[in-house]
Amino acid sequence: MDKILELKNINKIYGTTVKTQVLFDINLSFKEQSFSSIIGQSGSGKSTLLNIIGTLDKPTSGEVYIAGKRTDGMTNNQLAALRNETIGFIFQFHYLLPEFTAFENVLMPYLIKFGRPSREIVARANELLDLIGLEKVKNNLSVNMSGGQQQRTAIARSLIMNPKLVLADEPTGNLDSETTEIIYDTLKDINKRFKTTFIVITHDRKIAEKTDRIVEIKDGRINLDLTR
Amino acid sequence: MDISLKIAIRFLKSSKGQTLIIALGIAIGVSVQVFIGSLIQGLQKSLIDTTVGNSSHITILSTTDDKLIKDYDWILSYADSKEGITKISPVLDQPGFINHDKKSESILIRGVLFEEADKIYDIKSRLVEGALPKKDFEVAIGTELQKELDVKAGDKIVVTIPSGLRQEFRVSGVFDLKVQSINKNWFLTTLDSAQSLFGKDGKITSIEMQIDGSQVLIADEISRSLNGLNAKGDLKITNWKEQNEQLLSGLNGQSVSSYMIQVFVIISVVLGIASVLAISVMQKSKQIGILKAMGIKNSQASRIFFYQGLILGVLGGLMGIVLGFALAYSFTVFARNADGTPIVALSIDPAFFALSFVIAVAASSLAALIPARKSSRLDPIEVIKNG
Repeated sequence: MDKILELKNINKIYGTTVKTQVLFDINLSFKEQSFSSIIGQSGSGKSTLLNIIGTLDKPTSGEVYIAGKRTDGMTNNQLAALRNETIGFIFQFHYLLPEFTAFENVLMPYLIKFGRPSREIVARANELLDLIGLEKVKNNLSVNMSGGQQQRTAIARSLIMNPKLVLADEPTGNLDSETTEIIYDTLKDINKRFKTTFIVITHDRKIAEKTDRIVEIKDGRINLDLTR
Repeated sequence: MDISLKIAIRFLKSSKGQTLIIALGIAIGVSVQVFIGSLIQGLQKSLIDTTVGNSSHITILSTTDDKLIKDYDWILSYADSKEGITKISPVLDQPGFINHDKKSESILIRGVLFEEADKIYDIKSRLVEGALPKKDFEVAIGTELQKELDVKAGDKIVVTIPSGLRQEFRVSGVFDLKVQSINKNWFLTTLDSAQSLFGKDGKITSIEMQIDGSQVLIADEISRSLNGLNAKGDLKITNWKEQNEQLLSGLNGQSVSSYMIQVFVIISVVLGIASVLAISVMQKSKQIGILKAMGIKNSQASRIFFYQGLILGVLGGLMGIVLGFALAYSFTVFARNADGTPIVALSIDPAFFALSFVIAVAASSLAALIPARKSSRLDPIEVIKNG
């Protein structure tokens, strides 16, 4: 299988006067359709790594390839288009737009690209909302939903453009264990159905053990890389 | 619809209170601007109207030694063909005096075509007794002269002219033109009577003209359009602006200070919008960050705030026009003189209102550029990292 993502000699240093190196010579690649997790203590650099993968942050040195394209030299507009079409994000704090309904939030990445929704995309949004069990609350403003519902909306949103890669940063970090269970089952189900590559950050080993591959980051270096 | 516009509308709707307050701020600015503008325009209009409303705007005089204009018919039709000139009255002015109680009152005998002169001087409606002269050697005199001579309509007056000739006139009416010197000196008779009395058949001394009300302020330009009459150089064409320079410079000063007020109102509106929208970028930084993570381009992100400024400008501008109109209208209705006329007749000019609206929208959009830039520069990572 092809590599969807490849990192070569990634270094990340914060600050200009007082320099703090967060990542040291990271070399990593992920295969298409895989479901991997990145684990590590808080402050280990795992979130920074995910942000670099997601092109939200830039490495101080090193190369990032997404679907074969090098991203660390792209312009802001190229990166925006790449994120829009190729990458789906799920964040710990869901980050829905509170001014819009769940349904509109799910459609948002498509609207950013095309302006108005097509009949097909509306059908797809409804299908995704059904899939994650939100058909009843889809017209609620996102502030009128529970944490689990909001997180599931964010999952549906990350999938609307049928991205090759979904990046999830502690997607169940502030949810109860039962909801966590449901969400991971949903993600795994989607992984199989849509052949979407997932990279999930978590600090919870129990969750990580459910994934196909575990990468542990410790003090900015890869400490462990385990494939089942 | 542009997604930026859609987001802008939703942002504004989601904080209705804030939106309303900014729109109201713009509205008050616009209404003050509209009100002051209308007030100043109205004041100037009424001032000009009182000054030149019942006098000649453009006067053609002769520069020949005898101060007479011959063959004036073609001048009348030439002036009539010029755009803006609405009233044309030929006049023969000659001196005379009236002996009375061993004193002699000097008068100005003005031979006019009453039909034309009345349009300029509005004599008929300002007669205090009698009627306008119709037959030869009938005369209309002012209230001051009437008091001096102690006559009434129907009485006879004997006038002596410089050549020594004496002529009897019958007083047909008495006018009050609200100017003391006119009421004392003017001795209005028919043009035919004056021409035959002075033996100046077919001759006049001046042609008085008025122009359309909306063009009073360009009297000098219209006056220049008559220069073709003066090929021989025997005429002099003057206009009211030459004779009222002090008034005009006063009006100018008034206009400038009115513009100053309007400019400062706009500046305060712009600053208000800019600062509130800048705060709004901070409030919405989480949303902008997530939109950027989802792939919104920097230009789209900045348009969100530009559109907000535009919408606020349109909203506030419309409210301001309505408010300003209401203010202006109530001012003319409630601030009235004892006789029921408005103290200041405001000039309500749709073009000026439209201009104020356009300025408000442009200023709001301009003010939104600063927050728009801020939004464009916002780095999503800052938002994602800091939760």
